[in-house]
Amino acid sequence: MAKVKLFDIAIARSGDKGDGSNVGIMAKTPELYDFLYEQLTAGRVKEFFKEICFGEVERYALPNLQALNFILYDSLGGGGTETLLTDAQGKCHGTGLLHMELDVPDELLV
Amino acid sequence: MSTERIVRVANAQGFWGDSMLAPIRLVNEGPVDYLTFDYLAEITMSIMQKQRSRNPEHGYALDFVRMLEKILPVCKEKGIKVIANAGGVNSKACAKATSELIARLGLTGMKVGIVEGDDILDSLPDLIAGGESFTNMDTGAPISDITDRISSANVYIGAKPIVEALEQGADIIITGRASDPSLVVAPLVYEFGWSMEDYDKLAAGTIMGHIMECGAQCTGGNYTNWKEVKDFARIGYPVCEAKADGSFMVTKHEGTGGLVNIETVTSQLLYELGDPQNYLGPDCIADFTTIRLTEVSEDRVEVSGIQGRAATDTYKVSISYANGYKLLGSLCVPGPDAVAKGQLIADMIFDRLALHGFDLPEEQRFVEFFGSNVLLKGLVQSSDEPHEVMVRIGARSQDKEVLSVLGTEMAPVVTSGPPGVTGFAGGRPRPQDIVGYWPALIDKSKVTTSVTVNEV
Repeated sequence: MAKVKLFDIAIARSGDKGDGSNVGIMAKTPELYDFLYEQLTAGRVKEFFKEICFGEVERYALPNLQALNFILYDSLGGGGTETLLTDAQGKCHGTGLLHMELDVPDELLV
Repeated sequence: MSTERIVRVANAQGFWGDSMLAPIRLVNEGPVDYLTFDYLAEITMSIMQKQRSRNPEHGYALDFVRMLEKILPVCKEKGIKVIANAGGVNSKACAKATSELIARLGLTGMKVGIVEGDDILDSLPDLIAGGESFTNMDTGAPISDITDRISSANVYIGAKPIVEALEQGADIIITGRASDPSLVVAPLVYEFGWSMEDYDKLAAGTIMGHIMECGAQCTGGNYTNWKEVKDFARIGYPVCEAKADGSFMVTKHEGTGGLVNIETVTSQLLYELGDPQNYLGPDCIADFTTIRLTEVSEDRVEVSGIQGRAATDTYKVSISYANGYKLLGSLCVPGPDAVAKGQLIADMIFDRLALHGFDLPEEQRFVEFFGSNVLLKGLVQSSDEPHEVMVRIGARSQDKEVLSVLGTEMAPVVTSGPPGVTGFAGGRPRPQDIVGYWPALIDKSKVTTSVTVNEV
């Protein structure tokens, strides 16, 4: 096991959906996708974003793209034209998720 | 060599304000059959309504016509057709300006098409009386909450009327609030003779549109591994090579900057995605879990396998309304104790507002210390005190006056607050209108689109 930031095993993109954001994350290999599918639950993402996301977190899987899609409700300070946040559209939430550290089995890190 | 027919569609504008270089380079640096321009975001229609109310000849993307001046001679020479939702709330005026431009450039013989019927602002009361609820899709709130302050109402219409304009020989098609992917679906339906009930094909076109709708975001822009991307300044905007079977290649012109690989395409597939199995559009429901991506060669990713289903009986409607005001100002302050000084600045400004006799409830106030991990709040741990912060102070209110007064108390902090306050640029901040966004649905049978094509 090695403590690894998601930057090393995935890529991400995020954007706004009303007063929420979506964060898409794609694993670098099929094995890492299986690992993220097990480990990167909606609950874990909600806990990680607790200072940003004040609503539920919903998760969808796209195994064909080795990807997971998270919806972070109530995470944009009003969203749209109402919010005063610098990151009004959640553009940084994808980069943010990649800062998460997970214990990854060594054999997946080749 | 394969003789299979290919139709090349390129998106030259990801949003109103995207680089003006993109369309010029797309038509000059490689082969393209159709050039699409996506101008409209949720609140754009409301801005355009305001512009039209000041000048009946405005209310569309004026930039579009300025842009056409630079590319139309090449488009005519090469036979490139243009499809743009640049019409905003005044497609007729946009078409008139375009026709005048064609005449001025001596490009007579070109045909300009207009697709209308998306603007339901004037018929909204009748539609409500006739049983359409326009309940807010996000919040469930009834339309009666905002009926006295609505500023625009537009239906996201589909590909069908655009196909009709192409059938009538239009070289340039101007629409109002056509849905972004439909601008791309339409030329494929027209060229390949796809049935509007062949949902797998329509889904393929829809996903092709989704991949391209933010311009360079699928060719290396905003990509996590940005250090792998070559020549951002000359980034190639996306070109999709579509085949009749619904498969297509995502690429960019040879010799341009940027990067097309499975990761850059996947990133954009995930952008602003909700439920991947139910991507709702006016033409079909696309299933993102059926997409297959293959990296064929450098900067070429093949997309295939896409499945779709029949669209719902409703169109999405975008309604905008006046929802009070907001104000934001910023001041910069150096360390030591940059955050503590920032907090003092925020407190003293709101205290002074109270001394003016205004009570601004806590939940309407906004304070952010930019430089102290606001973009990654709680996601990274840093014990280091920042050497500087930008204090962003603002508020939202239904009362414009309270915000105006708040705006007057920003600059005085420079001389009457903690030491080193600077960077008060741009003058006194003023209250801005908040345009609220109200997503709703409308029964398809209540919407009538029309197509007009005229030769210049």
